[in-house]
Amino acid sequence: MSRREQQRIKKEQMIEEKGVIYLDNVHKVYSSGSPALNGINLSIKKGEFVFIVGDSGSGKSTMIKLLLRELKASEGNVYVMGNNLSKLRHGKIPRFRRNLGVVFQDFRLLNDRNVYENVAFAQRIVETPAREIRRNVPAVLATVGLASKYKAKTNQLSGGEQQRVALARALVNKPSILLADEPTGNLDPKNSWEIMKLLEEINEDGTTVVVVTHNREIVNAMHKRVVTMKKGVIVSDQEGGEYIEED
Amino acid sequence: MRKISTLFYTIRQGFANIFRNKWYSLASVATISACLFLFGLFYAIVANFRSIVMKAEEGVTVTVFFHDANDRCEKEGTPHSPEQVPDELRMKEIGERIKARVEVSKEPDGVVFISDEEAWMNFASNYYGESYAEGFPENPLSGVCSYEIHLSDVDMQNALVSWLQSIPEVRKVNYSEVTAHTLSGVNLLIAYISVGIIVILLAVSIFLISNTVSIGISVRSAEINIMKYIGATDFFVRAPFVLEGIIIGLLGAALPLGLIYSVYNYALNYILQQFSVLNSFLNFLTVQEVFKVLLPVSLVLGMGIGYLGSASTVRKHLHV
Repeated sequence: MSRREQQRIKKEQMIEEKGVIYLDNVHKVYSSGSPALNGINLSIKKGEFVFIVGDSGSGKSTMIKLLLRELKASEGNVYVMGNNLSKLRHGKIPRFRRNLGVVFQDFRLLNDRNVYENVAFAQRIVETPAREIRRNVPAVLATVGLASKYKAKTNQLSGGEQQRVALARALVNKPSILLADEPTGNLDPKNSWEIMKLLEEINEDGTTVVVVTHNREIVNAMHKRVVTMKKGVIVSDQEGGEYIEED
Repeated sequence: MRKISTLFYTIRQGFANIFRNKWYSLASVATISACLFLFGLFYAIVANFRSIVMKAEEGVTVTVFFHDANDRCEKEGTPHSPEQVPDELRMKEIGERIKARVEVSKEPDGVVFISDEEAWMNFASNYYGESYAEGFPENPLSGVCSYEIHLSDVDMQNALVSWLQSIPEVRKVNYSEVTAHTLSGVNLLIAYISVGIIVILLAVSIFLISNTVSIGISVRSAEINIMKYIGATDFFVRAPFVLEGIIIGLLGAALPLGLIYSVYNYALNYILQQFSVLNSFLNFLTVQEVFKVLLPVSLVLGMGIGYLGSASTVRKHLHV
């Protein structure tokens, strides 16, 4: 058995036992000295839908950055898809990130390009052949309900539509995990619900979805697993739980 | 197949980036153009100055006279011993040693042997006219042979003169110390000024380019950020930006080159027409001679500045 094959089997075992995301006693202290995460233990299984909630400064965004390997843990280990991110070399990060789809509060679209180009851009980056791009992009735009607006410039779209483009871009490479950092933060309630419904559909198709949010109404209505953070620690982790804001 | 499509994508993106950020591109091209225009102009002036000095250096000669049977020792007043009077073979040998010792002018007459007859002919025809032979049936300079040495580098003159004076057969060495010193000084001055101005130009270029590049960062950082989150490799992120930088650098070099070509040609023609007297003693370079060096150097500098500017900008944003 080749070394690569052995590594693949080891990763699969890791995912099976610990989950697609596994944080083992993770600490993060910024260079300024301020602690952001303090001994986080968390396991998210394949196909789960998880909300991560908490006040500003609770460590939610730091956790997302650790999962994207934008930051490294100061202590402990972060495993995503069986990869120990503390030991992942810089050159291997791009290939690792192709397993993840990311959606941000501020959409982060290329405003000088149209809807089609924004989504195709994600496929070109992972060197998908042009023929496949021409097939995949319209299909994913249809999934998010933007098939007819493929020629529109992103700055001509509403906030909800822009977030759908961002979602299409995150999904087009068929990621195993979708990370959404405050995806409804800039949207009105109607558009927020539409985005959340889309995320639920994506999850039903087998993608693990992790949503960081402040939106109590949505969290409480969706009855999913809720991980609540406060000052860098997990204070509650409940299946079908609620987002309870503390004073 | 994938690699080829990525290559075409990179090229397309490189060109597209230029038009997409046209104001930034224009500012970058203008910055590089301004610096390389100054560099080109300065190079053209220095190259001409050096050419004039080199022409002057070629006129500096060292003349070596040998003992002959008639002259006497300065101290004793007695004739020289036969060993000190070189025969034709010995003189040829000394000539070869001079050629071997110093790098003479590249022209075919770097070291010229002047026989006593040639010396008398040159002297007499200058002072007595063509009918000199009538008054002097015999050659008064009989036995006075010499070598005329045209040096390629006047800095070598002192060492050569000392060495020549140490040869027993050598009676006298004629040379112009003042001219050699002046030309050496001018050469040194040009070198110092060149280095000084190039350092200033480079510093100004780096300052202007880093400012221009920082303007472009805001546009690029968002795009690089997105690319990195999606899973783009460093190469994939860097390549279109670097290509864009190189194209901008080449454009930035081509524009001043075109301008300098026209300006130089016009200025040279104007000077030669209006001040034709200058041409007899000042050796101006043609535009082709100037561009033989200026063209490749400017293009490489332009590409280098473009490459460094874009690569360093992108690198700051790669660690996402």
